[in-house]
Amino acid sequence: MTDLLPDIIGDEIDTDPVRRANWLRSPKTIVGLSILGVFALLAIFGPLIAPDDPTASSSAILAHPSASHLLGTTSEGQDVLSELLVGARDSMLVGIVAALIGESLAIVVGITSGYLGGAIDEVFSTVTNIFLVIPVLPLEIVLSSYLTNSGWVPITLIISLTAWPWGARTLRAQTLSIRKRDYVAAAIIAGDRTWRIVLYEILPNEIAIIVTGFLFQILFAIIVQTGLAFLGIGNVETWSWGSMLYFAQNSDAFFSGAWWWYVPPGLCVALVGMGLALTNIGIDEIINPKLRASLAMTRRERRRAAAPVRVRTVSAREILG
Amino acid sequence: MRFLARRGVFYALTAWAAITLNFLIPRLMPGNPVEAQLAHHQGQLTYQATKALEVAFGIHLHESVWAAYGQYWGNVIHGNFGLSFTYFPTPVSTVIARSLPWTLCLVGLSVIIAWVLGTLIGIVAGWRRGGWWDSLIPAGALFQGIPTFWIGLIAVSVFGITLHWLPVSGGYSTNTVPSWTGAFISSALEHGILPALTIIFGSVAANLIGMRNMMVSTMTEDFVLVGEAKGLPRKRVMFRYAARNAILPSVVGFALNLGFVVSGALLVEQVYSYPGIGYVLFQAVGSEDYPLMQAIFLIITLTVLAANIAADIVFVLVDPRTRQGAMA
Repeated sequence: MTDLLPDIIGDEIDTDPVRRANWLRSPKTIVGLSILGVFALLAIFGPLIAPDDPTASSSAILAHPSASHLLGTTSEGQDVLSELLVGARDSMLVGIVAALIGESLAIVVGITSGYLGGAIDEVFSTVTNIFLVIPVLPLEIVLSSYLTNSGWVPITLIISLTAWPWGARTLRAQTLSIRKRDYVAAAIIAGDRTWRIVLYEILPNEIAIIVTGFLFQILFAIIVQTGLAFLGIGNVETWSWGSMLYFAQNSDAFFSGAWWWYVPPGLCVALVGMGLALTNIGIDEIINPKLRASLAMTRRERRRAAAPVRVRTVSAREILG
Repeated sequence: MRFLARRGVFYALTAWAAITLNFLIPRLMPGNPVEAQLAHHQGQLTYQATKALEVAFGIHLHESVWAAYGQYWGNVIHGNFGLSFTYFPTPVSTVIARSLPWTLCLVGLSVIIAWVLGTLIGIVAGWRRGGWWDSLIPAGALFQGIPTFWIGLIAVSVFGITLHWLPVSGGYSTNTVPSWTGAFISSALEHGILPALTIIFGSVAANLIGMRNMMVSTMTEDFVLVGEAKGLPRKRVMFRYAARNAILPSVVGFALNLGFVVSGALLVEQVYSYPGIGYVLFQAVGSEDYPLMQAIFLIITLTVLAANIAADIVFVLVDPRTRQGAMA
């Protein structure tokens, strides 16, 4: 998943204000955001449009998809479509809230570390790297095994605790690079206060990275939450896509061939993940000048396939600045 | 070499942090886990089991935290993690020694295969950017969003239950006993195919897209242009000029991503009831076996650390700048 984030090796990221406004225009981003929009609507209205109460059992046990149960039923006779719709809210909510907390942590740690440098940077970077190396799932399992309260809040906090390091690392690298630019030097000489420089000179130039980091953390959080719920950890009492998989696994849905039970929840996670990943790849292609230059080049290549390739590379770069 | 020395200090710090975290978690979390366990088992725990709990948490009620911390370190160094409840009265260290080799073989091999495969396809996809190969990006995006264990669930139902091609449960056939016989090894290999393919499928996309993007970036560099202008063979420019440089962050990415990939692989073990450390971990969760759970967290973290050190050594070998102290 590393590649969902720009700047893994400290590539300069384009912060030219004219182009900055364009980072939402990539076709990949538009497709990605549309997928996300659909699922956001499902998370909001899903529980309202669910045809049945997902917990209500019926006599139709492991029924194939049909007109009365569009996605069939579980071994308890519950309607799978209703579980899926109600579960969308919990899955999306945990993902978004965990990412909000995680990205806030990443912004504070990354920018402080990159801007102040020195001993603070050493300490923050070391802590960030330690959290990056420690395997996520075992840590979360150990932490959540001590939880007595199994609502969605504690599990969300635990996920956000492990989600932030990637973002902090990227933001630190970018802050280091922006800090050396002339306009920051000018602001420092003009006697601006540190908080003002960070808020008005640094942060606005990192919005694209903050957005990709945020989306990446949603993806991370949803996958981790699904994995934990699949193990029966966290909130399996409430419906989520992970808890659906947990019940399917525990009721031997695989041996009874009830594909309509375990395929849809995984597919939903995959589609949300695809939406997030596509959006990020699209943004990355726009803000990373090297990836963008090659995009522009290939478009021109297709148009004039006859001329030598490399000459145009140079000119494309010149045109794009 | 300063690079390696710096990394060495970092790994020592990380190991210390993980060991200390493991000590702190039971103390910082609400409630006293020993009391919770005793209450849970309604006094049915034997004297040894209670002792095992105390060793696991280092909790002796009349002791200072520092003394407990010192004693905990002594236990960790001697590999004494108390007794497992799940496999009572087997020591936790024995349970781990039994399951760790399975995980090392399965996950280690799969992760390396996935990296090599993803990098190779990424090189080609980056070289031929534009056109058909670019459709790998949305496909890769879809694969990155899929939880690895769900790929395993689908594979179980398709190849195991519907088609009966391969066994989908356990690490070897119940007709054989673990030994160095041909029957056992072929049975173990047969049981490992689907879990391994699942892990490879689940982690190849990230390597692929990462490598492809690095290739595309590197190919805008002037030295690639020079290579082509000199009229060198395309293969030489592709591998010796572009890929040789693009692969460096890929090695770093491999190491940084490992903690996440291993987490996914542990879930795959659960899907296939594979007798590795992930499966044991989830058994421990089910039976609230805190000593086993915590020891496994520690062992997995230390193993990932060891893999990171190996990746660093590879990085030093492939990037001459680290040897000249430029990166230090």
